Amino acid sequence: MEFYTDLENRKAMIRLNNVHKSYGIGNNSLHVLKGIDLLIEKGEFVSIMGSSGSGKSTLLNILGILDNYDDGSYYLNGTLIKDMSEKQAARLRNELLGFVFQSFNLISYKNAMENVALPLYYQGVNRKKRNKIALEYLEKLGLLPWATHMPNELSGGQKQRVAIARSLITQPKIIVADEPTGALDSSTSYEVMEILKEINDDGITVVIVTHEHDIAAMTHKIIRLKDGVISEIIQNGDLKEWKHQYQKELEIA
Amino acid sequence: MFDIDKWQEIFATIKKNKMRTFLTGFSVAWGIFMLMILLGAGNGLSNGVAENFMRDAVNAMWLWSGRTSIPYQGMKENRQIQFTNADYDLIKELDGIEHASGRYFISGNRFAYGTEYGEYTAITCHPELKEVESIEMTSGRFINQLDIRESRKSVVLGKDIYDALFKGEAAIGEYVKINNVPFKVVGICLEGGSTRHRNAYIPVSTGQRVFNGANRLHNFALTINANSIEESKAIEDRVRATLARKHKFDETDRAALGSYNKLENYLQTMRIFEAIKIFIWIIGAGTLIAGVVGVSNIMLIVVKERTKEIGIRKAIGASPASVVGLVLLESILITTIAGYIGLVLGTGLMEGLNFIVEQQFAASAATNSGSGETVFRNPTVDLNIAVTATLLLVFAGAIAGYIPAKRAARIKPIEALRDE
Repeated sequence: MEFYTDLENRKAMIRLNNVHKSYGIGNNSLHVLKGIDLLIEKGEFVSIMGSSGSGKSTLLNILGILDNYDDGSYYLNGTLIKDMSEKQAARLRNELLGFVFQSFNLISYKNAMENVALPLYYQGVNRKKRNKIALEYLEKLGLLPWATHMPNELSGGQKQRVAIARSLITQPKIIVADEPTGALDSSTSYEVMEILKEINDDGITVVIVTHEHDIAAMTHKIIRLKDGVISEIIQNGDLKEWKHQYQKELEIA
Repeated sequence: MFDIDKWQEIFATIKKNKMRTFLTGFSVAWGIFMLMILLGAGNGLSNGVAENFMRDAVNAMWLWSGRTSIPYQGMKENRQIQFTNADYDLIKELDGIEHASGRYFISGNRFAYGTEYGEYTAITCHPELKEVESIEMTSGRFINQLDIRESRKSVVLGKDIYDALFKGEAAIGEYVKINNVPFKVVGICLEGGSTRHRNAYIPVSTGQRVFNGANRLHNFALTINANSIEESKAIEDRVRATLARKHKFDETDRAALGSYNKLENYLQTMRIFEAIKIFIWIIGAGTLIAGVVGVSNIMLIVVKERTKEIGIRKAIGASPASVVGLVLLESILITTIAGYIGLVLGTGLMEGLNFIVEQQFAASAATNSGSGETVFRNPTVDLNIAVTATLLLVFAGAIAGYIPAKRAARIKPIEALRDE
């Protein structure tokens, strides 16, 4: 087990020290995360992989302050995230984080522009200004002509791009994406990954959860989870070799 | 609290969720609407009956004689009791008696004028009967003391008799024959509280003299000074006791002396209406509770339906307070507006009904020369009650929205976002 100094904890974008999480269902509790130590630096592009039940979604929820953890410590952009009030957590999510979900999670009765502008509403930006900013972001993602369309009038890829625009509008430090390509076909998936890559090039840390290794292969670092612990961390350089090995594993299986 | 942006957000939500808004609003509007109808109908019925009672003097009392049914002081039952003018003088002076009139009945009343004739009732009376039966004069005068003292052959005709005999021609000063005895017409009148005016009034002294009555009287019509059932009962008992002593019969013998006390009946009827009012309020409260349950139910569903949206909002930075505020303000806004609509519709309907009732009343009053007949008057609701009921529903809707919204705001966004 590694231990970090306070300074080191605060320098990293994300720093997890021995994080445990279990879900209690009646008397049996399910131990999902069994001591996670993780360091993600500013500007990294990281994917978390693992089979279902390995705890990857749980980890992402903790990283996104969408869920709390039982034990250990979690530093986000130098701030210890522990026992936060809902209000504090909401503010941090709004200021530091942008979320992209597998099921897009757009508000169905708001058009693309209004969906994108919503995070700014919670920052107290007035309607006119936030809609203007939202249009800028939609333009960046090539969706300006669809600004007034409702989510059900958009294709999956368009919806995900709207969701990405929404996650970017607050200029977050980290984008957290839960299976961002899970509901998309492969060509759209690559488009979305391309966008995430561009975002990362702008200096924003991107963390995605995926079970598709071709998607994971586009990131700089792959964290493989197995039964609640990190089984492997693969850097970009090792990727080709890992891919080869993974393929072999698949063939055997 | 007042933040244009917040309201814009709420209006946008309402505009995009018309069905939900309609359902929430409908249950509130309907509750208030039904309450208004219920209370209005209750008030209308109660007002109508009260008004019908009011047309006769409410404090009137009638006494009539008959045969005894109870042996008394050694005398057998089945003895005829006969009032006389002396009884009238006695009753007139009793405590609590306001006006008193004696009456002597004449049999076979054939009225004739020229070639026209008809069967009507000739009532022999004292001038005080005008007050007791709320008789209104359309022309001329009523029987007066001079008529009584001089036993003049004067007659006051009911309007129906006048119409039948005179066909609209001048009647005052003309002579009508009652059982072939000519009487001079001194006035034309309407009976209070009736749509038929087929009675003619002649002085009691004349009646007794002309139609072989001697000093006999058949009944008394009185008005009394009483403010409560107890008081009016006491006066009635005093009159009964006085007559019982004089005519030697048991004062509880209602066959010997019949009496009808209008005030007692009026007050008892009003008590029934008090009970009906309480009953209506119970049903009204029930309606209101049904409305509250309806609103609560819908708010629960609304919050459930919005759980995912709440999760999204929380994920992108909404604080729990802002989530609760959003749901709550929306619910208050909808219920207030819907309550107001229900209030306006309910009041409108009752006012419309009131208008129709008044028109019908006016129409029936026109054909019956002044006194219309209706059991339904002024079916409107006190605005304070209506507003209070609306506020109660708004409040209940807010509470019903607050509890699940609070719970939803407390759920971790991840649980709210979880598919299925």
